[in-house]
Amino acid sequence: MLYSILCYESETLAAGRTRQEDDAMMVRLRDVLQGLKAEGKLGPAARLMPTTTATHVRSGRDPMVIDGPFAETKEQLLGFYVVDCPSLEEAIDAAKRLAREKPHGTLEIRPIAVFNAVGPST
Amino acid sequence: MTDMAWIDAALTAARPQVLGALLRYFRVLDTAEDAFQEACLRALKTWPVKGPPRDPAAWLIFVGRNFALDEVRRRGKQTALPADEEMSPPEDTQEELAERLDASHYRDDILRLLFVCCHPSLPAAQQIALALRIVSGLTVKEIARAFLVSETAMEQRITRAKARITAAEVPFDTPGAAERAARLSAVSTMIYLLFNEGYSASGGTAHVRIPLCEEAIRLSRLLLRLFPSESEIMGLTALLLLQHARARARLDAENNIVLLEDQDRALWDRELIAEGLAMVEKALRHQRPGPYQVQAAIAAVHAQAAGGAATDWAEIDRLYEILERLQPSPVVTLNRAVAVSKLRGAAEALVMIEPLEAKLGGYFYFFGLKGALLTQLDRAEEARIAFDRAIALANTAAEAAHIRLHLDRLQKESKGETRTSA
Repeated sequence: MLYSILCYESETLAAGRTRQEDDAMMVRLRDVLQGLKAEGKLGPAARLMPTTTATHVRSGRDPMVIDGPFAETKEQLLGFYVVDCPSLEEAIDAAKRLAREKPHGTLEIRPIAVFNAVGPST
Repeated sequence: MTDMAWIDAALTAARPQVLGALLRYFRVLDTAEDAFQEACLRALKTWPVKGPPRDPAAWLIFVGRNFALDEVRRRGKQTALPADEEMSPPEDTQEELAERLDASHYRDDILRLLFVCCHPSLPAAQQIALALRIVSGLTVKEIARAFLVSETAMEQRITRAKARITAAEVPFDTPGAAERAARLSAVSTMIYLLFNEGYSASGGTAHVRIPLCEEAIRLSRLLLRLFPSESEIMGLTALLLLQHARARARLDAENNIVLLEDQDRALWDRELIAEGLAMVEKALRHQRPGPYQVQAAIAAVHAQAAGGAATDWAEIDRLYEILERLQPSPVVTLNRAVAVSKLRGAAEALVMIEPLEAKLGGYFYFFGLKGALLTQLDRAEEARIAFDRAIALANTAAEAAHIRLHLDRLQKESKGETRTSA
């Protein structure tokens, strides 16, 4: 089963980290990812640019393009991982390993219903 | 990050919103600051024991407001209480209060707080100092160090600035569209000046000034989160990101200035550049060009060039031409002349800048460029005079040292030694 692990955190708090703290965290997270990779569980993983770079496209017959972000939300989606685990327990275990290396925020595990239905471009 | 570090980060992040709300309630900056201070102290005592609240900003506003109300009551009726509709009944929960604040006032609270700091009656240096103190929460000591003045002098500067804005009376009604646009423009300028304060400094002071650039970027992002569709704020943010991306390459190991063309591009921060480029692209979609967007586009051309020689100078020339139309200024023309010298030669660039001398007679960069162009045209004696003027006008030791390198090179050439670089 494929699970997405979505990283939510207050962006302003995350931005309060110094460069050194952030780099150190990324090194620790990379170690966790190396482990998941070795176990054959790691799919795509991405860190997203700040929400100030976001663009929203509203669904509909004539899609509307709106600049993000929406100021009201307290926590923002800052990145995500995709893991391939046989059970929710193992997905939770993977998320816990990642969570231990992050100072705050929430990781949301959501099973993936359909992954790339037509296959990748390349 | 430890608990205390988290609390510290949370207090800093919440500061603009909380102070902005408290300022709306109490209308007096000192009262709002005292209330915020007290709320922070209580947070430091309470949060480690009870755990952080779901919404730190709402908690701080609630606690700070109650503290200030008690203070106002204790001082008697000399001070007018906030209007009734601004007060919530005691059974009001923090969450409800927060929802209401966020929904109706969040944006204008923070914009007002920023605008108070860059009120037109304040000179630029006071605006920046006040914003760093009030919005960013830097200590007077930190600000004094960044500006290379004594703590006492900075304390005085901030006190004077506060006295002036108290006298100037900023309106507290929700601003109309025109008033909001005017505030945004004033705040953008202040953020831009703050960044320049950090950017233009060099030499041994670079390490104390870089935080000024980072703070400017933080404020610019804050503003953009409040006004996500303003293409000029996107432009400003992009410009700051792209300029700051080069910070590590701008000085060499001996603290000498390294010109953009000669910088080691491996030292440029690719993450900041990628974000800056994404932001330029997003801004340009709006097709409402403004000075910040055009300057960001110029910085983007530099950021995308593989090397100094590979720079698309024709595009830079074209963009400066647009900037000259949007925001005519001799400094813009001076910058355009650099692109012209690369495209059509030093002679044409020199013709372009000569009429600017009357206006830029006190400007270091004017004589630096004039000297460089004259050197390229083998007019050594005139170049020397221009470089001498530049040294006299240099703002920092590193700027003067950079010009002395040019002079030394002229000296060597006149002695018949080979030319090392153009």
